[in-house]
Amino acid sequence: MRHLLGMGDLDADELVEVLDVADAFVEVGQRANPKVPALRGRTVATVFFESSTRTRVSFETAAKRLSADVLSFSAGTSSLNKGESLRDTIETIESMGIDALVIRHAAAGVPVQVARWLSSTCVVNAGDGAHEHPTQALIDLLTIRQVRDPGGKGVGCFAGLAVTIVGDIRHSRVARSQVCGLARLGARVTLVAPATLLPPSLEGWPVEAIGHDLDAVLPTTDVVSLLRVQEERGSGTYVPSLREYAHGYGLTAARAALLPPDAVVLHPGPVIRGVEVAPEVLDLPAVLVRRQVSNGVAVRMAVLFLLLGSGDRPSSGSRGAGGDGASAGGLGPGPGEAARTVEVSAVDDA
Amino acid sequence: MPEVRGPAPRMVIRGGMVVDATGWRRADVVVVDGVVVSLDDAVAPPPGSTVLDAGGCLVAPGLVDLHTHLRDPGDEQAETIESGTRAAALGGYTAVVAMPNTDPPLDSAPAVRAVLDRAATALVQVAVAGAITVGRAGARLAPMAEMAALGVRLFTDDGTGVQSPAVMRRAMEYGRGLGVTLAQHCEDADLVGDGVMHEGVWSSRLGLAGRPAAAEEVMVARDLALAGLTGVRLHLLHLSTAGSVALVAAAKSRGAAVTAESTPHHFTLTDAEVATFDPVFKVNPPLRGRSDVDAVVRGLADGTIDAIATDHAPHRADRKELPFDEAPAGMVGLETAFALALTELDAGWATGEGSGRAGRTPEERERDLISRILALMSWQPAVIAGLDPDHGGGHGGPIAPGAQANLCVVDPGARWTVDRAALASRSGNTPFAGRALRGRVRHTIVRGEPVVRDGEATR
Ligand SMILES: [Zn+2]
Repeated sequence: MRHLLGMGDLDADELVEVLDVADAFVEVGQRANPKVPALRGRTVATVFFESSTRTRVSFETAAKRLSADVLSFSAGTSSLNKGESLRDTIETIESMGIDALVIRHAAAGVPVQVARWLSSTCVVNAGDGAHEHPTQALIDLLTIRQVRDPGGKGVGCFAGLAVTIVGDIRHSRVARSQVCGLARLGARVTLVAPATLLPPSLEGWPVEAIGHDLDAVLPTTDVVSLLRVQEERGSGTYVPSLREYAHGYGLTAARAALLPPDAVVLHPGPVIRGVEVAPEVLDLPAVLVRRQVSNGVAVRMAVLFLLLGSGDRPSSGSRGAGGDGASAGGLGPGPGEAARTVEVSAVDDA
Repeated sequence: MPEVRGPAPRMVIRGGMVVDATGWRRADVVVVDGVVVSLDDAVAPPPGSTVLDAGGCLVAPGLVDLHTHLRDPGDEQAETIESGTRAAALGGYTAVVAMPNTDPPLDSAPAVRAVLDRAATALVQVAVAGAITVGRAGARLAPMAEMAALGVRLFTDDGTGVQSPAVMRRAMEYGRGLGVTLAQHCEDADLVGDGVMHEGVWSSRLGLAGRPAAAEEVMVARDLALAGLTGVRLHLLHLSTAGSVALVAAAKSRGAAVTAESTPHHFTLTDAEVATFDPVFKVNPPLRGRSDVDAVVRGLADGTIDAIATDHAPHRADRKELPFDEAPAGMVGLETAFALALTELDAGWATGEGSGRAGRTPEERERDLISRILALMSWQPAVIAGLDPDHGGGHGGPIAPGAQANLCVVDPGARWTVDRAALASRSGNTPFAGRALRGRVRHTIVRGEPVVRDGEATR
């Protein structure tokens, strides 16, 4: 893995490795000093053409906890010049001597284009149009594994897992990344949406079923993934109104009661209360929104670490992440090289 | 017709196989003062005459492109009349129809005259397509009679279609009265919305907004109905979907006065190319699915589609380095069109139904292929553009004594690889870079002047 542009860049072994490393960083994050020296001397640039404070802060926190230097560029500030060509902007940033470029853009495919233009910098897709948002999908996979198989390794918990993705799949980069990652790990994915919010063609999508009746699938669902409904779509031509959408596809208390007892609910946030999910449902323990947010930093640490690190895997002490002998895929040490385990010790913030 | 450099007084094109709408024969072609004077088995060139070697080559009427964006005036960094016509000459073209979506647009007699005046010194003949509506805005009719008086035979708002059915109907009625042809870029803007590629499997996977095939087909169907209502001659630009081809086939079977063109990229590439997110694959109408490509190939074989047109649409390199959503649509095509036709249609028609090529010898098949391609790229588009001898023009007609010497000499067996940096166009936005092709232009002769000689532009 040279870049993380989409979930297709990760094979099953690499997915496991990202999740394992992320798990180790979750534990690191619970320490008094959550900082590790892994990327000391490396520079990560966050380049957000589309504003998203949550995602940008999550990536920057991840980079700082790995002791990397962070350069931050975002639209709306003078740091991204509107008249300048995309390629010029990106090449200027690369010339500042960066190791990884985390990019968010409202247009699909920009990270793919940028990766073609850059010679040595790793590109991480932080969300591009309706195309992909791989770190969000990785967060969801990690969150699912934590609850379905606490403390577990590997991806056995995904085999046959019934995941129902609900909402604006047509315009959702999260859904495209989720479908790819979940299917790769053996989950059975069902898409539920009004027909206007499904992609025009689902040919070739690795999904088990496509439906318009949420009530019918909830009793056999293990994981519900609710997608954000963009208000501009709701009031536009895709659905008659947000009210009608909520009536058919919102997770009301009555619908939540249809779920099996151990089912969980994911939402990439920010949540529109009363549309995608009823306020009273949001407070149920099965709703993992807050856990997803806290996993965000650990997952992004894992991605940056695996892209930029020397191949050394972090150890979280007693758990000894990396000691499970999982195939390193394209992420870890090369053949014949010993998988050295470095002690992840806290560093001084001074 | 003004000429800056006189044609070579006497020229002999020696050793080639002459091919035109009347058939094939071995002959040397003698040209004097820009006019074909004789065809003979073996001509001993008199001293002082220019000799062009056509050994192993076809000597054919020059190609005619119905759809060239010269970008001049307005975007001379992307292309100029000079660079665009040089690209055309290198592609074997002796005439191109310049589209009116320049800046300012060609929607008035002065605007048309300015282009025609400056094109008088160009490497190939430039005919102008005038805009249908003022500013190509789709509302008020442009002064079509004034432009027709300058020789404009084709009117279009290309770049976009005329969206209002009522405005298009009036334009057709008015155009019928003038005896001109109306040409349409068929895409319904409302259905296109913010689409940037074909709507289908790939747009769904890539998360790019789609332009459905139906956006093209509703306007094809609408304009066929309006052409029936008004009796105008209608030419449909760059057909790209199976549905459009079927609509045109049905209209032709009813005897409608409609012609249609398709582009090399639409019979060659599919929307799967967009998975690279490289805006070099962005074009309107968009690259379609495999079944659409196959239908276009069949339509070219069975006569539903009358012409191969390039829709040569140069764009500066930096404009194609924008996000896919924001990059302008269009591809250059003049220098690769003939070879793409020869390479791709050979494969497509060998198996395609209705190609009528089964059961022939390889040599017969090759001749049939070449004759069909030349019909699609020379004499049929010449008639549609009104540039043929019957309309007083000098393009596409039989190669016979008295004909204006607008010729191309092509080596159908020559193999080459498309090199973006080697294109004469000012813009390198070809989607075919690196593609191996067969069929190369050796010489192009415009009004007796060899503007391309041995594969090089002479000026
Ligand atoms: Zn057009």
